[in-house]
Amino acid sequence: MLLLDCPCCGVRGEETEFHCGGEAHITREGPASDDAAFEHYMFERVNPRGVHFERWRHVAGCGKWFHAARDTVTLEIWGTYPAQTTRPPEEVLETIRAARPGFKWRDIA
Amino acid sequence: MSDLTGPAPVPALGGAAFDGYVRIAEAPQGAMFTLRGDLSSAALKTAATKLAAVDMPEQGRVALNGERALAWMSPDELLLLAPWAEHASVVAQLDAALDDPALNWVDVSQARARFAISGPDGLVREVAAKLAPVDFSPSAFTPGSFRRSRIGQVAGAFWCPGPGRIEVVCFRSVAEYVFTLLRDAARPGSEVRLYA
Repeated sequence: MLLLDCPCCGVRGEETEFHCGGEAHITREGPASDDAAFEHYMFERVNPRGVHFERWRHVAGCGKWFHAARDTVTLEIWGTYPAQTTRPPEEVLETIRAARPGFKWRDIA
Repeated sequence: MSDLTGPAPVPALGGAAFDGYVRIAEAPQGAMFTLRGDLSSAALKTAATKLAAVDMPEQGRVALNGERALAWMSPDELLLLAPWAEHASVVAQLDAALDDPALNWVDVSQARARFAISGPDGLVREVAAKLAPVDFSPSAFTPGSFRRSRIGQVAGAFWCPGPGRIEVVCFRSVAEYVFTLLRDAARPGSEVRLYA
């Protein structure tokens, strides 16, 4: 079971109150992009064993989207942070680096 | 606009009630409004607090004043409750006060169902805790707390007006489902005494 802290309404909720929206920090390529970049955006997702960054929505609560950094093996939550960002905040990364030295997720390490 | 010209609206289950180890009772028809917009905007704050005659609730709280209440629903949403007798006047006042297109309100009086769980405080909390993944302990869910969550499989919200009472609001279309869940949770003999 995941216990997520919604950064929008401050509620600590259990995962059935939320809905996962898939991988976070995806650059959405537009019509001007080349085929390779668009394919990468459209189809290529990581499915890591370990540290992962995801989008979540507080469906049964405030209804807002946010980001969560978690471990897909141990179900630890490293932190939740607002949706209005393209990169995890440094303090969340510090927490992960301390717990999982040398972790790498896409270009984030 | 049959809701303006037809007979006065009735609650979804006709005021159903069940006496188990706590009492589950459907609340009489009230007026309920969803207000959306920037909660720091003076126009929205003034209109909402004036109509409910309360101070602005903090995050996760409800400000209660008899049959009137103002609840913090999300960073850009408030829920305003008033007696049905004031429905027309609240509609008129909201219409006049919220003329900014970025501030929205909608009348949800007939889109919701409300229930009250009442009885011994520990048992009331326990019945709510059976149905929602929320910490209903007296230290976490204090009087004035407002919490949106799920009730069984549907969305709902809980608030605590005071010891021995928890109020529940859900969509009217699932009123019977929620009442059945509450009734089942309050069935005599199913006491857990979690907070006793």
